[in-house]
Amino acid sequence: MNSNKEITTIIVGTGTCGLAAGARKVHEYFADKIEESSGPYVLKKTGCLGFCTMEPIVDIEIPGWPRLSFGPVTVENAELLWSMISEGAELPREFVLGAHADPEGILELHDVPILWETPFFRNQTRLVLKNSGIIDPESLEEYLESGGYRGLKRALDLSPVEVVDEVKASGLRGRGGAGFPTGLKWQFAHDAPGDEKYVICNADEGDPGAFMDRSILEGDPHAVIEGLAIAAYAIGASKGYVYCRAEYPLAIRRLTDAIEQAKEAGFLGENILDSGFSFELLIKKGAGAFVCGEETALIASIEGKRGMPRPRPPYPAQSGLWGKPTNINNVETVANVPFILADGAEAFRKYGTEESPGTKVFALTGNVKRSGLVEASMGMRLRDIIFDIGGGVQGDKKFKAVQIGGPSGGCLPEELLDTAVDYDSLVAAGAMMGSGGMVVMDEGTCMVDVAKFFLEFTASESCGKCLPCREGVARLRETLNGIVRAHRDESPEESLLRFQGVTMMEELAEVIRDSAACGLGQTAPNPILSTLKYFKDEYDAHVFERRCPAGVCTALLEYYIDPELCTGCGLCVRKCPDDAILGEKRHPHYISDEKCIRCGTCRQFCPFGAIKVR
Amino acid sequence: MSPPTAVSSGAYGTFEASDPGVLIPLMQATQEEFGYLPRPEVARIADYLGLSEARVYGVATFYNQFRLEPLGKNYIQICSGTACHVKGAAEIFSVLRAELGLDDASTTKDGLFTIDSVACLGACSMAPLVNVNGEFHGHMTAQKALKLVRDIRAKERKGA
Ligand SMILES: Cc1cc2nc3c(=O)[nH]c(=O)nc-3n(C[C@H](O)[C@H](O)[C@H](O)COP(=O)(O)O)c2cc1C
Ligand code: FES
Repeated sequence: MNSNKEITTIIVGTGTCGLAAGARKVHEYFADKIEESSGPYVLKKTGCLGFCTMEPIVDIEIPGWPRLSFGPVTVENAELLWSMISEGAELPREFVLGAHADPEGILELHDVPILWETPFFRNQTRLVLKNSGIIDPESLEEYLESGGYRGLKRALDLSPVEVVDEVKASGLRGRGGAGFPTGLKWQFAHDAPGDEKYVICNADEGDPGAFMDRSILEGDPHAVIEGLAIAAYAIGASKGYVYCRAEYPLAIRRLTDAIEQAKEAGFLGENILDSGFSFELLIKKGAGAFVCGEETALIASIEGKRGMPRPRPPYPAQSGLWGKPTNINNVETVANVPFILADGAEAFRKYGTEESPGTKVFALTGNVKRSGLVEASMGMRLRDIIFDIGGGVQGDKKFKAVQIGGPSGGCLPEELLDTAVDYDSLVAAGAMMGSGGMVVMDEGTCMVDVAKFFLEFTASESCGKCLPCREGVARLRETLNGIVRAHRDESPEESLLRFQGVTMMEELAEVIRDSAACGLGQTAPNPILSTLKYFKDEYDAHVFERRCPAGVCTALLEYYIDPELCTGCGLCVRKCPDDAILGEKRHPHYISDEKCIRCGTCRQFCPFGAIKVR
Repeated sequence: MSPPTAVSSGAYGTFEASDPGVLIPLMQATQEEFGYLPRPEVARIADYLGLSEARVYGVATFYNQFRLEPLGKNYIQICSGTACHVKGAAEIFSVLRAELGLDDASTTKDGLFTIDSVACLGACSMAPLVNVNGEFHGHMTAQKALKLVRDIRAKERKGA
């Protein structure tokens, strides 16, 4: 579709990723230019297109031309774009990403590809992300133009039971991790007795390495509001909460504004669209606790308590917030709902597999060429996501593993790259869908270090209520710390304990998995179990040869100073936190291996590159 | 000085004392105002909601967001989420600590800097990420992070 606009429009992607890459300066640049020129230009914002590697991304709509995307648009590149717009200068082809369409073949002449046919996009299926990075998330009109609130209108023409049935028929499963059928969950909440019920949207997104939910909230907040209103109507709730991480200020702001707009337009509040149905939506800011992503802990947190999970049953559908029937769904789950209601369950089932219909959004990051948000049809192979869409490993390093599912998931090796991405296949392979974090790791990553990283995380986030998680995970962490500790720092007793720990590690992991009270503890051993299963050699090298093949576990390395390069400036001496560097001014220094704690700080500070590791 | 807000003047107006769910939002508003939760404020919240101080502290210490010590003038968060970890966040953290002369504390003696590690800022494609006073800086290296800190320090000196 060519732009039907009469005025040239500049659209700057200002999601969190864009801002981190410098979009604010670019936006200011265009704002200044437009003011100076006093010409007829429109400057707008949009959410995240998902192609984070190319941020900041700027779209241009010139009358009569299709919409074009450019990236990365640094301030220098913005100048080139501005001369194209204002003076008709040549299209800067080096950083054009593509045209959103090209019905008349205008751009083919200029050698500009269609954006959706370029490698990052061509194998994606964008249902949930269809508006993200396209529409202005602060504009209700643009959401409506793209078909917004059609789902809610249709839902209100149906009975609540019919809405539940439609969602059941779609086969939608929870995108928050476990993959529980959403329609069934709604049915439980609908059937539970009581007139006071709640819906909650889980936007706690605790997986460190995932940002799908943030992008959806920033890029298409009305989709979440619409989905929640439909859920509330289906189960009979008149009040709902979005529980959002406090680390996402922009998402909270956009959602707050969108709620106001929806209220004003009659999509929220009293007697919505004259249907007699009323629904109030509030935002609750999280306070930084991973375990609060777990539904019962989340409820405790909304109630003003410490966020500790409680045993289920009773499930929230029976007894949730303030003891009332409550339905909890993840942001992405909710964002799928408007489409299902608007276009019907059958339309949704065209995507994905029989058991896992639809799509899943992944945050593809780590050592991958093209990173960003990727929405793939369920059932796609991991290889296609990482190598086709992501372009493979960055630099000329070799692929080593992909971590899926965050602290509850696992690391899968090259041999398993043909695994299909759906709930059941991933669990069978020893990972899990989790929230959708997908971190690619190259040969420079140490798997023992990765396992240790997650264990540190879960140990510090354990709420401490049940023993297997509180003590067991701490013991696992201790064991891993022992493995990466240098032999010279160990007493004979510690050496013995290290070996004992290693031999018991797998058993302990299994006990925790089987006996912890909530999902956090039950899945905490997964990072260890999966790396032990697929990267046993690497553990062996650490345990028996006391070396880290990837060169990551610093305690197993030795730092030394190259006397040829050292000028004796003494900077490293001052920076060393443990007084481990000795020497006279203007003479080569040396590092005391006894004292060195291998923090690597001196290496960063040395202006001459004289500090080396072996 | 900014004018006293509802929180600082002790009028918790919009927060219904009868609703236990307001405890966390009230603490958040207080922290936003003071930068941390000062002891007398905790007592005041407890009093207002009819809870024991221990109960309020129990909640405050459970969540990572709440701090019981004042914040430095410049607040630096170093992301230590998975993507940032894989791309070398730990090194940035240790280098900044060394630069600022911090051992166990997280705030410098002169009160100029507080540094903290945080689990995922949600812009993982830009890893490693550092948040300086609310502004995100992507694709960090230890060297670039050092420059950020040194620039702030130079600015503070000039201003002083
Ligand atoms: C430790 C832990 C952390 C969790 N974190 C999240 C989270 O950040 N976001 C989320 O949507 N679900 C999270 N969940 C899953 C929720 O408990 C719940 O199953 C989910 O919100 C249900 O929504 P869904 O059916 O739409 O997936 C977590 C579960 C556990 C055990
Ligand atoms: S892991 Fe650092 S921003 Fe997500």
